[in-house]
Amino acid sequence: MMMMPCPWCGPRDAGEFRQAGEVVSRPDPARATPAQWRAYLYLRANTRGWATETWYHRMGCRRFITVQRHTETHEIRAAWPAGAEPQGGPV
Amino acid sequence: MTGGEGMPVQTAGNGPERRALARRQRPGPGRQRRTRFPARYSALGLLRRGLTHEDWPAAWTAHPLRPSYDVVIIGGGVHGLAAAYYLAARHGITNVAVLDQGYIGSGGSGRNTAILRSNYLTPEGVRFYDRSLELYRNLAAELDFNVMFSRRGHLTLAHSDSSLRTMRWRAEVNKAQGVDSEVIGPAEVKRLAPPVDVSAAARYPVLGALWHPPGGIIRHDAVVWGYARAASALGVHVHQDTEVTGINVDREQVTGVRTSHGDIATRVVLNATAGWSTLVADLAGVALPVTTFPLQAAVTEPVQPFLSPVIVSGSLHVYVSQTDRGELVFGASVDPFTSYSMRGSLEFIENLAGHVLELMPALSKVRVLRQWAGLCDMTPDFSPIMGPTPVGGFLLDVGWGTYGFKAGPVSGEAMAQCIADGRPPEIISAFGLDRFGAGTLVGEKGAAAVGH
Repeated sequence: MMMMPCPWCGPRDAGEFRQAGEVVSRPDPARATPAQWRAYLYLRANTRGWATETWYHRMGCRRFITVQRHTETHEIRAAWPAGAEPQGGPV
Repeated sequence: MTGGEGMPVQTAGNGPERRALARRQRPGPGRQRRTRFPARYSALGLLRRGLTHEDWPAAWTAHPLRPSYDVVIIGGGVHGLAAAYYLAARHGITNVAVLDQGYIGSGGSGRNTAILRSNYLTPEGVRFYDRSLELYRNLAAELDFNVMFSRRGHLTLAHSDSSLRTMRWRAEVNKAQGVDSEVIGPAEVKRLAPPVDVSAAARYPVLGALWHPPGGIIRHDAVVWGYARAASALGVHVHQDTEVTGINVDREQVTGVRTSHGDIATRVVLNATAGWSTLVADLAGVALPVTTFPLQAAVTEPVQPFLSPVIVSGSLHVYVSQTDRGELVFGASVDPFTSYSMRGSLEFIENLAGHVLELMPALSKVRVLRQWAGLCDMTPDFSPIMGPTPVGGFLLDVGWGTYGFKAGPVSGEAMAQCIADGRPPEIISAFGLDRFGAGTLVGEKGAAAVGH
């Protein structure tokens, strides 16, 4: 079982959350070329190791959070509200 | 993306140069020491060895790593070994190395639930998987290895109007491609698979099913061993316990591979890995639209034969088949989040048991022997990625999601042809990496996986 330290609700079972995927930055839709836009849509780092991801607390506060998770050991070292700065500055 | 559009893949030269390469490698007197073809398996041989206790000859030969190969295949699973075998058998290209970081068949090829079928949703998918099924049917004879193909028929249950509608669609696409596939009612389901609860009292009543008689199961390890043995006999080197640590690229052309046992010079590298396909592609500087999810499976103690067809339920996220040995093999949909972990979870086995009992209440006393996980490289459209990349000589046979094993032979055949011709054959032309940039996806979500 994986415990998720939700910044709003405290430690909760990961089953309450939905993984939204790794954090990607969206190019400006008005200026991106089709190739850039499709790269944003489809290409992923798929990191083995520490990854920064977005999760959604669907059975709790129903807010999106940013999580640093190890994709092999499932260890979680930090979680903070999506869009905010992580506690103690950038990780 | 680098490289021009429509640029042909640079393998080890095209046209005449390519043919010369194939000719040079054709075994001739004094050219290279040929591996002795292993003795053919026969009933008489079995009897003789049974009486004399004589050892069986090794199925394949271990070799030291050569400093250069014409083709290096990364991944010693069914895809990589099939590609090596067809390169040697059909195209006369035998200076080939297959590298695996563990033992052959230790990845997805040994972790799948060994189900074969071709009742897909898109015409591209249907004809592709149907070719694979055809190769599987004749594989035991071609490889002289008993792969235990067992044609059981494949039943995909519908528990809702929408899944019944998708099945009618699939059945029509299948029939148009000449694949035996039809929608049947609950009474017929009961006749084909008596243990399935088709009563209206079930929590998710069975409304109908897609019946696909050519589907079945096979022994997945035997497929891997059969290809390895046949490829090795034709001169291919199979290097186990050899991890690729780097890929040398010079001016957008592959020049070599670095491994845990030394460096290899080569102009053609095929990435035929699953679970690690993005990590291997990263070594060549190629980004892939792939995310990796574990898929778990479980097997029970053996019981008397009572279930002939393969049973799949998309709504219940489960598929069941009974092996020739009597064990029930269960599979499910992928885990809910990306991971490179291959550990099983309690949540999975609890959910799975619940769903199996919904389907077949009589199994409540059967014990699960073990569970395991394999890694699935999912693509956005549930179709694989095959063919050239912007890096010359770096080819892909990846993104096989939850459907890689059943496509092994046809993928090997197509990739061997792609390497020999220097361009992808027609049968895989829809599966190129460039489709994501062009926006021409091949949507197989409705037929490739359970739980959608």
